[in-house]
Amino acid sequence: MEIKWYIGLALALFCTGIVGVLTRRNSIIIFMCIELMLNAVNLLLVAFSKMHAASALGQTMPNVVSDAQIFVFFIMVVAAAEVSVGLAIIVMLYRNTHSVDVNFLNRLKN
Amino acid sequence: MSITEILFWGLSVLALFGAVMVVASKSPIHSILFLIVVFFAISGHYILLNAQFLAIVNIIVYAGAIMVLFLFVVMLMNLNAESEPKKNRMLQFAGLISGGCLFLVLIAAISDTTQASQMVQMGGGNNGLIKNLGMVLFKDYVLPFEISSVLFLSAMIGAVVIGKKEKENS
Repeated sequence: MEIKWYIGLALALFCTGIVGVLTRRNSIIIFMCIELMLNAVNLLLVAFSKMHAASALGQTMPNVVSDAQIFVFFIMVVAAAEVSVGLAIIVMLYRNTHSVDVNFLNRLKN
Repeated sequence: MSITEILFWGLSVLALFGAVMVVASKSPIHSILFLIVVFFAISGHYILLNAQFLAIVNIIVYAGAIMVLFLFVVMLMNLNAESEPKKNRMLQFAGLISGGCLFLVLIAAISDTTQASQMVQMGGGNNGLIKNLGMVLFKDYVLPFEISSVLFLSAMIGAVVIGKKEKENS
């Protein structure tokens, strides 16, 4: 499979996430769209590492595939930590304002 | 058309359909379920690329833990019945146009590169197996691994502190 199809797929997923962030008002769905963008980038990172493993460039960098996958693993670790804190913030906002609409949250004070 | 290409296109269509439905569906519960579909499709892509450890971790962490957390939050808030108030159609249209413009610009930018038709190694190579990745993780990347445990601890403390009930004196 050529790399351009992977780039196209990852770009389509990423731009879908961006459209979701821009058009939706529910903060939980905005958060889910951010997860979607993170996953698109992860997929592209793995695909690029396999591209370099397949080309002649891989001869000089034997660990390129392992390094990329460890990198993606750490991205997932950070994403998990981010989700736990972000959902706690959303729950607290809902408790204070009884809404998850981001237009009601445009002022940080109370 | 080989079996790998058929699987690639099927998983791509599934992922894109799920992503569009995440954005388009009215109910947050449906969005979460479609996002789980997207994660399973991306895990299928990882398996096609022979990144089996990442495929399993993606299913366990994202579909198993993070999405259940989202589901719990949505159910605790009882949002599934509440319909989202109508946003300005003009703003929605503007968001769609700007996202589409970004997509077009990026596609046009990569379509000029000479390496766009380089092949990706599908399958093959045992770099993505758990044994190999474990050796790399605990030899070369042991310090970031330990630091990430501190990150998790701070995230846990932060979540508890933020989610704690406020005292009534305020």
